[in-house]
Amino acid sequence: MKQVKKKKFFRFLFFVLLLTAGFSLFAPPSVKVVAQQPTPSDDDVNAIARKLYCPVCENTPLDVCPTQACKQWREEIRLRLAQGWTEEEILQYFVDQYGARVLAEPPRTGLNWLAYIVPPVAFLLGAYILFRAMRSWRALANQPVEAEPPVVEEKDEYVSRLEEELRKRG
Amino acid sequence: MLPDFGYGILLVTFLLSLYSIGAAIYGEVTRTFRWVETARRAMLLTFPLITVSTFVLMYLLATGHYEIQYVYSVTNNSMPLYLKLTALWGGQPGSLLFWAWLLSAFTSAVTLRKWDRDREFLPWVVVVASVTLAFFLALIIFFENPFWRWFLAPGSEQPILAMIQPAGTQAILPGDGQGLNPLLRHPGMIIHPPMLYLGFVAFVVPFAFAIAALVTGRTDDRWIRITRRWTLWAWLLLSLGLVLGARWAYDVLGWGGYWGWDPVEIAAFMPWLTGTAFLHSVMIQEKRGMLKQWNMLLIILTYDLVIFGTFLTRSGVLSSVHAFAQSAIGPMFFAFIGLTLVTSVALLIWRWPSLKAEVEMKSMLSREALFLLNNLLFIGILIVCFWGVIFPLISELVTGQKVTVGPPFYERATAPIFGALMALMAIAPLSAWGHSTVKTLGRAIWKPAVVALVAPVMMVIAGFVNVVALIGFYLVALVVFVTLYEFWRGARARQKAQGENFFAALWTLAGRNRRRYGGYIIHISMVLMAIGILGIEVYQTETQQSLAIGDSIELAGYTVHYDSLAQFQHTDGRWVTRAEVSVFKDGRFLQTLAPRYDVYPDGQPMTIPGLRSTLADDLYVVLVNWEGVSASVAPFKVYHNPLVNWLWIGSIIFILGMLVAAWPEKDTEAVAVRNRKAASAGIQAM
Amino acid sequence: MTENSNETLTPAPRRSVPLWAQILVWIGLLGLLVILAIGLLRTQQGTIQAGQVVDDFELAFFDGYDYNGQETVNLSDLRGKVVVVNFWASWCKPCEQEAADLEEAWRYYEPTGEVVFLGVDYVDTEPEARSYLAKFEITFPNGADRGTKISQYFRIEGVPETYFIDRQGVLREIQTGPFQSTQDIIEIVDALLAEE
Repeated sequence: MKQVKKKKFFRFLFFVLLLTAGFSLFAPPSVKVVAQQPTPSDDDVNAIARKLYCPVCENTPLDVCPTQACKQWREEIRLRLAQGWTEEEILQYFVDQYGARVLAEPPRTGLNWLAYIVPPVAFLLGAYILFRAMRSWRALANQPVEAEPPVVEEKDEYVSRLEEELRKRG
Repeated sequence: MLPDFGYGILLVTFLLSLYSIGAAIYGEVTRTFRWVETARRAMLLTFPLITVSTFVLMYLLATGHYEIQYVYSVTNNSMPLYLKLTALWGGQPGSLLFWAWLLSAFTSAVTLRKWDRDREFLPWVVVVASVTLAFFLALIIFFENPFWRWFLAPGSEQPILAMIQPAGTQAILPGDGQGLNPLLRHPGMIIHPPMLYLGFVAFVVPFAFAIAALVTGRTDDRWIRITRRWTLWAWLLLSLGLVLGARWAYDVLGWGGYWGWDPVEIAAFMPWLTGTAFLHSVMIQEKRGMLKQWNMLLIILTYDLVIFGTFLTRSGVLSSVHAFAQSAIGPMFFAFIGLTLVTSVALLIWRWPSLKAEVEMKSMLSREALFLLNNLLFIGILIVCFWGVIFPLISELVTGQKVTVGPPFYERATAPIFGALMALMAIAPLSAWGHSTVKTLGRAIWKPAVVALVAPVMMVIAGFVNVVALIGFYLVALVVFVTLYEFWRGARARQKAQGENFFAALWTLAGRNRRRYGGYIIHISMVLMAIGILGIEVYQTETQQSLAIGDSIELAGYTVHYDSLAQFQHTDGRWVTRAEVSVFKDGRFLQTLAPRYDVYPDGQPMTIPGLRSTLADDLYVVLVNWEGVSASVAPFKVYHNPLVNWLWIGSIIFILGMLVAAWPEKDTEAVAVRNRKAASAGIQAM
Repeated sequence: MTENSNETLTPAPRRSVPLWAQILVWIGLLGLLVILAIGLLRTQQGTIQAGQVVDDFELAFFDGYDYNGQETVNLSDLRGKVVVVNFWASWCKPCEQEAADLEEAWRYYEPTGEVVFLGVDYVDTEPEARSYLAKFEITFPNGADRGTKISQYFRIEGVPETYFIDRQGVLREIQTGPFQSTQDIIEIVDALLAEE
């Protein structure tokens, strides 16, 4: 019995691992380093601009935002690039100047951690509840099975059902 | 007066829906079926009445009655007739009326079904549907009336909106209107809102039946069987609405993409997520008598997410710069969400014990277990989306500082879940109801799992080594193989036994179990869409450069050569700046593209990309007007979007699959009975 | 995992939702509704309301601007004076309409020392902001809204917007959109000056 429990536990663990493995595999590719050039090209500017959101036009990435304010922001990026600033420095400059809202996602500080913690916790909680529920259902379902019909017969029934299904189609 | 007539009709309809709420409840309480019957007939009448009212407004729109404020704000003399008519949903008041009209169409249609076997549901379905309709009508009548004319009091600049001319005021009679927001003058935008609204309102029907089942305590799967097709249609329309919205964004916004994880988009996406989960989990209830509580919860969530999404986009809660910010309907929506959510959750908790499962689960690998996992994943995406939308509100509340939750947040969190969903799509069709073991499942899956390796191996050979793409395309291949194998296996079995030819066998097979094979076609369509999404997410490249005429840009093997620029005024008053560029690949001329931007008389610009679309990739050329365009030098932005066309191809296949699954059968009642008998005997066709 | 836990897993055939779960559900629901309600309330209100005491904020001036020789100023230091907080930006066309009026009003009051004008530059870039200030010859103290903290506190809906704070630090008047004339500004400020 204990062995079985252990197995179940491992299966749950496997299930969780599978999901978390998925998370890590789909992690975004690492940040590209911006090439330093004497005159920054539009592409260099856009590479940084696409990570910024101007408060004037909420939810529109800076690289495609047509307002005058955004245009000035892009020029600001070009200026800083020309001065040899790195991407991190420029992003930090914009955060200092206009607040954390310019970033595409909340910075990982203080209360903002909630943004990152709540969804996975809620998801794992859901997974746990589901796992518990499924196990309890199965425990219920298996109770009479232990008394009377052996598992083998169960399987036979399944096979014959499959066959019947195919026969019915045929 | 015509506007008064349209408004009067709305008032009558509003009273009528109030009457049907009262009559249905009274009839139910006193057990006098006559009253319930009058409530049903009253509800039936709402559709023709709102139709009249809608047509009145459309007539006013088409004929340029600018003394009506709404007509003034969304049409003008230069708009073609079809745009004047579709301006019905071009602004808040009109689109609310349109919404109410569609809603009444569904609720009236549902009263026409044969109720003989479900008499006890009728009063409560009428109540839920009428409450929803009455709410929207109240919004129109009291807060956002499209029939309001406007008047000017002497010495005041602020016009007064009213039905009846206030004493001492002067009616405003403009000669021309403002015209529709140019962004909305696109075919995609003309079809997209109706589809979305239809999807939204159609979910009211399953919700109404669910509530009826909860109230009456008839909590078997009857309500699910009745609403199965309604749900499918609702889901189809909502999905189409989303896809059309994506296509509109791709064609009109000039962002190079189709989806920006904008809160407004997510607001429409969230009911789709719960709706999709619902669509899957009701099958478990039908087959196994399980998950009754869960299905109730899902449909309640779907309904309230529909209202919530409408609330978010119309109340201005999300972004203060939104045009509807000052609208008074926000608190009304809030109250309505609170009312429906609290009532339905209370009902659910009350009926919780009687919603216990009839059959228990036997295996963690059975199909029902995998369906549950599917539900978990959809809810996982919902949690991410919901939290992402709501978090800026919380942050602003606590710290006083706004934050942005943008694409990186959603993409990182949902990509693995979408991946897991694809894996499930591959595994689930191979598992059986009731019982599966690692062994049976492993035996079924190992062959397709090996064959599908072809996809990543070929990619690696071709030099594509991005891990996300490799996993993604492997899963795509796996789902396609498994699904095709399922078709093949079924058809072969039939072919052998029946001696039919293969295609005839396939035809009857799909015809016999339409939901199953329709569902499989939808799975295929989903992975086709996944191809497009993977292509653009992983392999999109872009470059921007200012070109003089004669210069060219190179991107992904293409050469975009700037030929000419023309500026002219269109007959409808907008200024068009249109560039012509030639596209070459490997020195060979392919096509001339004409990216352009239009500036409307009110100053609003609109960027239309030049698009060359093939199965392999899209070349998307934008004239970057915001950087300043002159005849000598013009900035161009070129996007290379590999495989994105499969997204649209997938959506067409999707419609096909949906039609297979949802097309009415000859006698649905008979089929339902047959299915139930089969289910109780433990023999499932699925 | 013991036998004990196994027993608790077996549900009674007709078990209602446990009380703690019910309480949790209602708390969650209520919390959500409260967040929405507050968010909605803010949206409905728009900017902060006249009549409330304005919280302290700090404004660091652009180079070449100062208030009494200081490079930064705190609102709390300005108690006893009438404060006019003007939000503007170089990319804002309507702001240009009122720039000269504001400057004229400032020059009118500057000698009295009873009124302080503060220009808060919203979501702007410095080179453009400086040329804007130079173009309209603006002399009253101006600075950038660092971190958009001040504008978020006032919950401004756009630029230009002007807030009039009385000697007690209470917000009294809000002007959204540009002023039509210098007289408009002077009327409001004079009314506040007349109070003690």
